[in-house]
Parts: sequence; C-alpha cells; structure tokens
Amino acid sequence: MRSYKELAIKMLFTVLAFSSLVFLAGIVFVLFKESIPAISEINLFDFLFGKYWYPTFEPAEFGVLPLILASLEVAVGALFVCVPLGIGSALYVNELASASQKQILKPLIETLASIPSIIYGFFGMLIVAPFIQKLFNIPTGLCAFSASVVLGVMAIPTVASISEDALSFVPNSFKEASYSLGANRWQTLTKVVIPAAASGISTSVILGMSRIVGETMTVLMVSGGAAVIPKSFFDPVRPMTATIAAEMGEAAVGSAHYHCLFAIGLILFLITLVFNALAEAISRKYRIKLGLDR
Amino acid sequence: MKIRISNKFSSAVKEKIGFTFLALCIVITLLFLAGIIYLIFSNGLEVISWEFLTSVPRKGMTAGGVAPAIVGTLYLTVGAVAFALPLGLACAIYLNEYGPRGFIVNIIRMSINNLAGVPSVVFGLFGLAVFVKFFGFGVSILSGSLTLGILILPGIISASQEALMAAPYSIREASLALGATQWQTIKKTVLPAAMPGIMTGVILSVARAAGETAPILFTAATFYKRGYPDSIFSEVMALPYHIYALMTEGTKPDKQTAIAYGCALLLLAITLLISAVAIYLRNKYRSLYAR
Repeated sequence: MRSYKELAIKMLFTVLAFSSLVFLAGIVFVLFKESIPAISEINLFDFLFGKYWYPTFEPAEFGVLPLILASLEVAVGALFVCVPLGIGSALYVNELASASQKQILKPLIETLASIPSIIYGFFGMLIVAPFIQKLFNIPTGLCAFSASVVLGVMAIPTVASISEDALSFVPNSFKEASYSLGANRWQTLTKVVIPAAASGISTSVILGMSRIVGETMTVLMVSGGAAVIPKSFFDPVRPMTATIAAEMGEAAVGSAHYHCLFAIGLILFLITLVFNALAEAISRKYRIKLGLDR
Repeated sequence: MKIRISNKFSSAVKEKIGFTFLALCIVITLLFLAGIIYLIFSNGLEVISWEFLTSVPRKGMTAGGVAPAIVGTLYLTVGAVAFALPLGLACAIYLNEYGPRGFIVNIIRMSINNLAGVPSVVFGLFGLAVFVKFFGFGVSILSGSLTLGILILPGIISASQEALMAAPYSIREASLALGATQWQTIKKTVLPAAMPGIMTGVILSVARAAGETAPILFTAATFYKRGYPDSIFSEVMALPYHIYALMTEGTKPDKQTAIAYGCALLLLAITLLISAVAIYLRNKYRSLYAR
C-alpha cells in the first residue's frame, strides 16, 4: 500500500514540476496566436520597418520601427550608467572592501534591487526629469536621456551582483601568481582578475540589458511617450514596453491595434529570450573554463 | 635591462586613481539609493496619518485615504503567493529530490530560467488573454493574482531549490537507512531543514509581487473604486498602480502628487521592510549551513 502512495506522490510532483514549462509554452502560444492576425493584415515588413505608429488615426498606421529604435536608444543610454557603476561597485566589493564593509555593502546593493520599478518611475518623474530639463535647458525633461539614467540605476544591482559572483569564482591562485611576479593590486585586477572573470561580467551586462529592455513602468513614466523615430537623446520617445502599457487599455479587443500590441509583446519576448540564451551559453562556457562544472 | 623608476611610480599612481574610481562607483550607487529613500520619506511622512491609512479616497482622488489600495495590494499578493508557493515548492522538490538527471530536468530548468527573464508587461498580456478573456475572470483580483503568481514562480522555485540543496545529504541517508520511504524522508527531514531558506524566498517574492505594476495594469487594477472589493471577481485598487494613476491622470496634479508621495512611502516601506527581513534571515541561515 505504501509504495502506491509513494508512487502517487512522485507522480504528483512530476506533473506539478512541469508548470513553468506549461506557462512558458502558454506565453509563447498566446503571443503568437494574438499576433498572427496583425501580421497577416499588415504584412511583416511594413509592421517591422514602418516608420509611423498612428494606431488611432484613420487610416491607422502600425509601424513599430520608432518603438524598437526608442527601446534601443534608451537601453544603450542606460548601459553607459549601469556598466561602469555596476562593474565598478562589484570590483570594489570583491577586491577592496574589508569583510565588515562587504557585510554592509552587499545587502545595500540588494536593497536597490528590491525597490519596485514604480518607485523608480516616480523618482525619475519628480527629480531626474526636472533636473535634466534645467541642466540641458530643453523643453521637457521627460525624454530618452532621463529614462536612460533611471533605467541605468535600476540595472546596477543586476550587473553588480552577477559580476560580483563571477569575480568571487576567480581562484585565489591566479592573484597569488600575479603578486609573486611583482604586479601590484591594480595591475593584478586589470590584467588577471578581470580577464579571468570576463565572461561572467559580460553575462551580467547581457542580463542587465535584458532587464532594461523589458522594464515597463519607469519608461512609461519618464520617457515622454512620443511615438516618433528618435533623433536625439533629448527627444521624448516611446519604447515598446511603454506602448503596450499605455495603449492596451484603450485598444478594443480583437482590433488591429490590439493584435499589434501583442505582436510588440512577441518582439519583446523574443529579444529577452535571445539575451537569456546568450547569457546562459556564455556562463556555461565560463564555468568549464575555470574548472567549475555545475 | 634598464629599470625605469618613472614607470614604477606611475603604476602606483595608476593604482591609486583606479581604486579611487572604484570607490567612487560604489559611492554614486549608494547615493542614488539614499536619494530615493530620502526623497520619498521626507515628502511622504507628512502625508501619512491614521486617516490616510484607514479611510477611502474622497473628492475625486484629491483627499482622504488610500485604504482600499492597501487592502487591494494585500489581496493580490496573498493570492499570488497562495498560487505560486505550492507549485514552486513541488517543482523544486521534484528537481532536487526525485528528478532523474538528464533531458527532462534540463528542459524544466531551462523553462524556469527563461520564464524568469520574461518582461513583466508580457505577463500582463498573457494574463489579459488567458485569465481575463479566455477563462472569463474579467479584470479581477483572481486574474491579477494568477498573473502575479506566474511572475514570482521562478523566484520561488530557485530559492526553494537552493534551500533544498543546502540541506546536508547525510540527513537524507540517515532517514532512508532507518527504513523511511522517500516521501517520509522529504517530509520529515529535508523540508524542515530547508524551511528557513524556502521562507526567505517566499518573503522576497512577496515584496516583488506587492511592488509590480505592469502585470496588473490590464488584469486587476483600477484607479477608482467605491469602497472595498467584495469578491475575488471584483477589480481592485492597488498601491503601485495608484501611484501611477495619480501621477498621470486626474486634474489636480499638486494634491495628487502629495497623495502619491504617501503611497510611494507606504510601498517603499513595505518592500524594504520585507526584503530586509528576508536578507537578514538568509544570511543567518546561510552561515548556519556553511560547510
């Protein structure tokens, strides 16, 4: 009798274990199913490379190029903030901080990660945007530049904590060998430690990028919302996530607009999927390189 | 071979500059953290009062309290955890205790990783298409909770897995050697040992679920609701969405911004408190099992 019970429990766990696979498959299915009407109606080329996003005009135009470019612009800008600050913080925590400093700094960086994105958006809208507007004397502070700054700050913990992991995996023998050759700590850091952790650090940047591209509330509140092809960093823009969040409420279910928003969701999903696969591939290679397989 | 003193000097200078730069990086990062917390606490504290916490909004969102939003966030979060915890725990137990190493486990692991990377607004689209429309739950607590539940599922699975892995192998062997079955072993020895770690993961995902906005935009949230939700099928106000709505809708920006500060303070205090507890517990627990 007991073995039947054991078997039943094992079966139950096996079935439940597939839940995340089911949800992921469900997301893929839903995104494709709801996007296909849009793509068949508009044709893929006009959709992807159309320069105008006028969903409520008559006749409506659904070209997502301005939205894709806006996402790209904001993400690239954010990298300039989160890469130096994130990696710099990780290097400080891992190489320079004393044990007691580490004990304080690591939780603080984690705290930065636990702040909800709506709070970042709120902060960006009330502080960063007016500051940028005054600093550069531009008509509105709600622009790609402000969004980049706020998104960059948001992504610091992602970059920092994954980089820090990578740095902590570098064997001590590497450093000792470098010191014994007469290199000082900075030379050891830049010539030995960073190259050894390079793939882990690049993983952190890719995952940070993935988080930035998928971030919604911050860009919705800070980026300005103009769906035109961005010409400079100081123009208001409307990235893909902000478009979905802002327009889904007013799009009639089943309309071309509704399906187009799902198609944008599909593009976003595919982008983050590629980023994650890339990060996974790099980190696997890296573990093998340092002789840590898991 | 010539030894160049100047070069040696410059490498020491370089080291100094480099280290200063690294210190600067962490200082700037922490300044942002301090700035956000200071801004919200200094402006939000004056808004917080007993009335703000316990009464309903009045005068078209320009006066009164935000109690329905607090209650709404509570319902959504509890619902999400109630949905995700059993699933996530079962998944972690399967992967760690039962799962035969190989193809199936790899596929499941890959899907967890990818699910964790899906943008939150895409979860919102999924929730809209599946729970709101297909199952006909409408814009409701139920739809929002399920959507948030799927969002926090990967986090709960990884935290539980980490906790199960940290439980020493010897306790399993001891239990099995005494004639316990595998399920008895898991239930009586492995789970109790892993419980603090699992709870930490759950606490962190509570903070995440409470703060997420994009997934509930089209599945649960509404700007204004008279009174409190009466069933799991009614739409709700929620703190994060309320901040967004106050900042972007309505006609009295000054008064609305003040209320938004109050909401932001509540949300920030809740998430920071929850995360602090979780981080503290985890560090304590990790050192307990550090081998």
